[in-house]
Amino acid sequence: MFDLEAIYRAASVQDAIAALVADPEAVVIAGGTDVLIRIREGKLAGCRLVSIHDLPELAGCRLDAAGALHIGPLTCFRDIVDHPLVQRHIPILAQAAAAVGGPQIRAMGTVGGNLCNGATSADTASSLFALNAVLTLTGPQGSRQLPVAEFYLGPGQVALQPGELLTDICIAQADYQGFGGCYLKYAMRNAMDIATLGTAVLARAHGAALMELRVAFGVAGPVPMRCPQCEAALSGTLFRDAERLIAGLVREEIHPRSSWRASREFRLQVAGENAARALRQAFIQAGGEV
Amino acid sequence: MLQIIHLTVNGRAQELAVDIRASLADVLRRQLGLTSVKKGCEVGECGACTVLIDGRAVDSCLYLAVWADGREILTVEGLRAGDGSLHPVQRAFIEKAAVQCGFCTPGIIMSAVEIVGAGRRYTREELRRELSGHLCRCTGYENILDAVQQAVEQTLQQASS
Ligand SMILES: Cc1cc2nc3c(=O)[nH]c(=O)nc-3n(C[C@H](O)[C@H](O)[C@H](O)COP(=O)(O)OP(=O)(O)OC[C@H]3O[C@@H](n4cnc5c(N)ncnc54)[C@H](O)[C@@H]3O)c2cc1C
Ligand code: FES
Ligand code: FES
Repeated sequence: MFDLEAIYRAASVQDAIAALVADPEAVVIAGGTDVLIRIREGKLAGCRLVSIHDLPELAGCRLDAAGALHIGPLTCFRDIVDHPLVQRHIPILAQAAAAVGGPQIRAMGTVGGNLCNGATSADTASSLFALNAVLTLTGPQGSRQLPVAEFYLGPGQVALQPGELLTDICIAQADYQGFGGCYLKYAMRNAMDIATLGTAVLARAHGAALMELRVAFGVAGPVPMRCPQCEAALSGTLFRDAERLIAGLVREEIHPRSSWRASREFRLQVAGENAARALRQAFIQAGGEV
Repeated sequence: MLQIIHLTVNGRAQELAVDIRASLADVLRRQLGLTSVKKGCEVGECGACTVLIDGRAVDSCLYLAVWADGREILTVEGLRAGDGSLHPVQRAFIEKAAVQCGFCTPGIIMSAVEIVGAGRRYTREELRRELSGHLCRCTGYENILDAVQQAVEQTLQQASS
């Protein structure tokens, strides 16, 4: 038994929003793999839930007329990994989703829940940062768009206003076309473990040149982050120079902390090393000559 | 508070009044007596509570019972054929001595049933990944992997013959 007081099973997005407006303290539950754990831990004891678990309108992926890729926030990790559009256009997100938990968790946990939970360790967050994902938040006043980087306010804190739901994750064509990508999760175990550090790299290539670089990390700070200075310094350079320099540059930009999982120094070491490794794989995937 | 849900469990349509606070594991065990569904951790770490929901392996301890409304649930109790014979996965677990205390076994069998049903070959490495949501404190996993591999191979051979 879970210590909860009530659950409202919303029949549509509008229905869910109305329920949240009527009961501002109610907690949204999607796949439940974070919320139910928090209830078990007693942190949400006695809560009232608004369940969006069964809203097919929020699940699945599609391309729009402008070539932008839309990912429904309710899409579970397993369906992200298997989706042909994700595999073709943003395989980095499939790689990140495949790194979450184990198979059963991937069949329940959703990509939207991963973002809304606000954890810096969220496996899909760094890739969505690198992809410049734009989120649609829908509330009683209608919808608004927000870049994913502005969605994170602090550990466990995101920019959802009372009554708002995350209803779309969008990646513009210019943000995926021509890019190769790679997500590397560093954890103590190969499965069922939270990232000690997550590294996402996107690259565009022309011959031996690295035309454009994007680097994002999870657990390198209180929220997922990009490394804009490193990206600016290395975009438009030769791959072999970038591969040599990237470790030093990212280490100057990130500010990981020590935790029981790993020390700050260890995370700095892994960040540099995995940035170089992910760059190589992303560059090769983009058709670059190494 | 109770809610009425309609679902199919092991091929039988059911109408149940479930406590909104109940996990699917609670309902399967207490209301339906399906005690093959084990509770090891109740926080999604061990896989002992794994059942198939609409054909997919899911931890029933992290799944609200009310969500099962309209869905099809399969547990180990539903695997036996009409003539009483065991499922190929169950037979393989016996033949490969993949069971010791047996606490993890029903959950792993349900994941294996989904794997075998996919109708394709798996490398050892892929099987390790597919079973990585299960903990076994007895066997050391090798016999379990042997059993699942055997069940996959036998099922493929039977399908092609
Ligand atoms: C055993 C186990 C292993 C795990 N391993 C990993 C891992 O390796 N990597 C990882 O990143 N995570 C991991 N997690 C955490 C969790 O699975 C993910 O964060 C998952 O993405 C949460 O999604 P959910 O749909 O289950 O979220 P829920 O628990 O339903 O919700 C999470 C939060 O987001 C809010 N929310 C959800 N959807 C919306 C929406 N559309 N609009 C507004 N708010 C919303 C909820 O109110 C809640 O605050 C693990 C969890 C468990 C139990
Ligand atoms: S009891 Fe459900 S995963 Fe352990
Ligand atoms: S056989 Fe005892 S836990 Fe697996």
